[in-house]
Amino acid sequence: MSFPWAHEYTPSHPFMKWMDEKLPLPRLVYNSVGSGYPVPRNLNYFWNFGFLALACLGIQIVTGVILAMHYAANAGVAFDSVEHIMRDVNWGWMLRYAHANGASAFFVVIYIHIFRGFFYGSYKAPREMVWLLGVVIFLLMMATAFMGYVLPWGQMSFWGAKVITGLFSAIPLVGEPLQQWLLGGFAPDNASLNRFFSLHYLLPFVIVGVVVLHIWALHIPGSSNPTGVEVKSESDTVPFYPYYIAKDGWAMGLFAFLYCAMLFFFPNALGHPDNYVPANPMSTPAHIVPEWYFWPFYAILRAFTSDFFFIPAKLMGVLAMFSAILVWFFLPWLDRSPVRSGSYRPAFKKFFIILLIDVLILGYCGGAPAAEPYVMISQIAAIYYFAHFLIILPIVSSIERPDPLPFSITEAVLGSDEQAALAPAE
Amino acid sequence: MIRIISILVGLFFTLGLAWSFGNGAYTAITEPAPVTAEHEFHLVPKEVHFASDGPFGKFDRQQLQRGFQVYKEVCSACHSLRLVAFRDLAALGYNEAEVKAIAKGFQVPGIDPNTGEANMRPGLPTDYFPKPFANDVAARAANNNAIPPDLSLITKARHDGGPYVYSLLTGFQAQPAELLKEFPDAKTPNGLHYNPYFANLNLAMAPPLTADGQVQYGDGTKSTVDQMAKDVSAFLIWTAEPKLEKRKQTGWPVLGFLLFATVLGYMSYRSIWAEKKKKKA
Repeated sequence: MSFPWAHEYTPSHPFMKWMDEKLPLPRLVYNSVGSGYPVPRNLNYFWNFGFLALACLGIQIVTGVILAMHYAANAGVAFDSVEHIMRDVNWGWMLRYAHANGASAFFVVIYIHIFRGFFYGSYKAPREMVWLLGVVIFLLMMATAFMGYVLPWGQMSFWGAKVITGLFSAIPLVGEPLQQWLLGGFAPDNASLNRFFSLHYLLPFVIVGVVVLHIWALHIPGSSNPTGVEVKSESDTVPFYPYYIAKDGWAMGLFAFLYCAMLFFFPNALGHPDNYVPANPMSTPAHIVPEWYFWPFYAILRAFTSDFFFIPAKLMGVLAMFSAILVWFFLPWLDRSPVRSGSYRPAFKKFFIILLIDVLILGYCGGAPAAEPYVMISQIAAIYYFAHFLIILPIVSSIERPDPLPFSITEAVLGSDEQAALAPAE
Repeated sequence: MIRIISILVGLFFTLGLAWSFGNGAYTAITEPAPVTAEHEFHLVPKEVHFASDGPFGKFDRQQLQRGFQVYKEVCSACHSLRLVAFRDLAALGYNEAEVKAIAKGFQVPGIDPNTGEANMRPGLPTDYFPKPFANDVAARAANNNAIPPDLSLITKARHDGGPYVYSLLTGFQAQPAELLKEFPDAKTPNGLHYNPYFANLNLAMAPPLTADGQVQYGDGTKSTVDQMAKDVSAFLIWTAEPKLEKRKQTGWPVLGFLLFATVLGYMSYRSIWAEKKKKKA
């Protein structure tokens, strides 16, 4: 679907006409990211992060495919094959640092993209499906990133794999056998490394598939915008090409600059030194920490230190950690406010800012050692996290009084909207 | 309905957390965590600067050669360098003949071409540094039950790698009297050596650099303990990442190009949007 004023693809070259009849691929591109896709004219820079996320996925797939040509997924040689890439493969060090830091960049971008959605109510009707698919992508990303971190077979790879698969052992009755089934043994070993490599190569292409659905679902209602007011007339929109191609293009340049500054000057800043020590099942690191992008969820996992009635603390932690993400699936129905954008919701806006700070605190505690005061701080932060989504949001959204909305996007941008004022009321 | 379920689930998690918090707070008050000697006496690495630091960092090849000499004459008795090949030493400024001569100076495991039996032969540039111990059991037996770690990646495998190695090498000292007064049980066990830069304060390695002039430098640099420690740390920064210099040198033109491209991108963005940005009076 598109708006009636969307430009129609009209090939002029005979070959393109021929192509359009046989396989209208150029038409698809034209209607998805070309002049045929009208987009609200008032998008701010937070709307660039979807494009950047796609760029990150591309960087990861390209660097990853080349790295896989030099990497050996065998517990005996995996660590050394990574060092072979770093030392002997032409530009191997750059590929590996690009891939490792690319994962971090991807998560920075995706977290901004997700919080953009939280604030501007991008999950609300008619875009629920876009949101649901987005959460699926995020879950797939987390699985892919976790398995990728295991591949260098350093100390953190090994012990991270042990801790994360150990989560499944908290499930009553089937937990232990399930963990052994996942690992292919009693502890992480060659069987685990091989299947993680296989899945780490597979899942990005699954992500590509879900991204296609995500964008497809987005193009049904069209992009949301910072006012949350739906598009009313042609003057509310601009064609994706050239307007947003130009904006995404320069944002991409800025992103690439920051990413390359990391890659070339601080490539190990976000990694853990222990992962330059080969995996050793006989020696447990002092602090086992996952990569930074898992820290908020890791803090929630570790926040449960006491059994709750008959539920063991570990199971509570695992339930909470998974629920912390699964709750996002229900967001379109938990937030009942008819107003999309947080800009016009004074009460919601305050809670959103608290949530943002809360997640940063959780992240900090997740990276810190499991000792006081970090555990107690993360407990309080985790209480707010769940209260925000499950208690505050449903209540606040039904009782708050939103600020008046602009009549249209054009009015929000230009101060007046002649075209829409003349149009008959719906 | 969904709101009732959601609030109930929310209460389940928040009460579970509050219960954990209460228990934790109670324990923290009734039995505060004991203070340990490690917590009180462990030191962060000393401030020390290497030529390879910073965005314009370059290796000081003279220093790397001196550091290599320290490794060869001191460290290599116990520590392997298994990821480094003799051919890699060309990057320190040695020519082909010198690399061949260095390799020849090491005995590496080989196979007798006449009998097929395992033997030792002089190294070739393509060989990697040989290991000082036949296996981990032999390494433990010779080192008070501790395995001397491989040094190839040591400066990347520890926080503050270069300064850490330097601090550890120059940090050996007698156990402070205050430590024993405060923690009488924390006396350094026999056969271990006190070093406040080591995570648990007591380390199996005996001080390896003990006297000025222990290694005779060929370039006239005075080989104080401090200098030797600095040189070998610099060498180990190189072994951990031989491509460090190339990485930093590549970074600048990349960033320069991206800056140029970004400015161009921004200008085209401004010009394309110029009409749409105009506010109507």
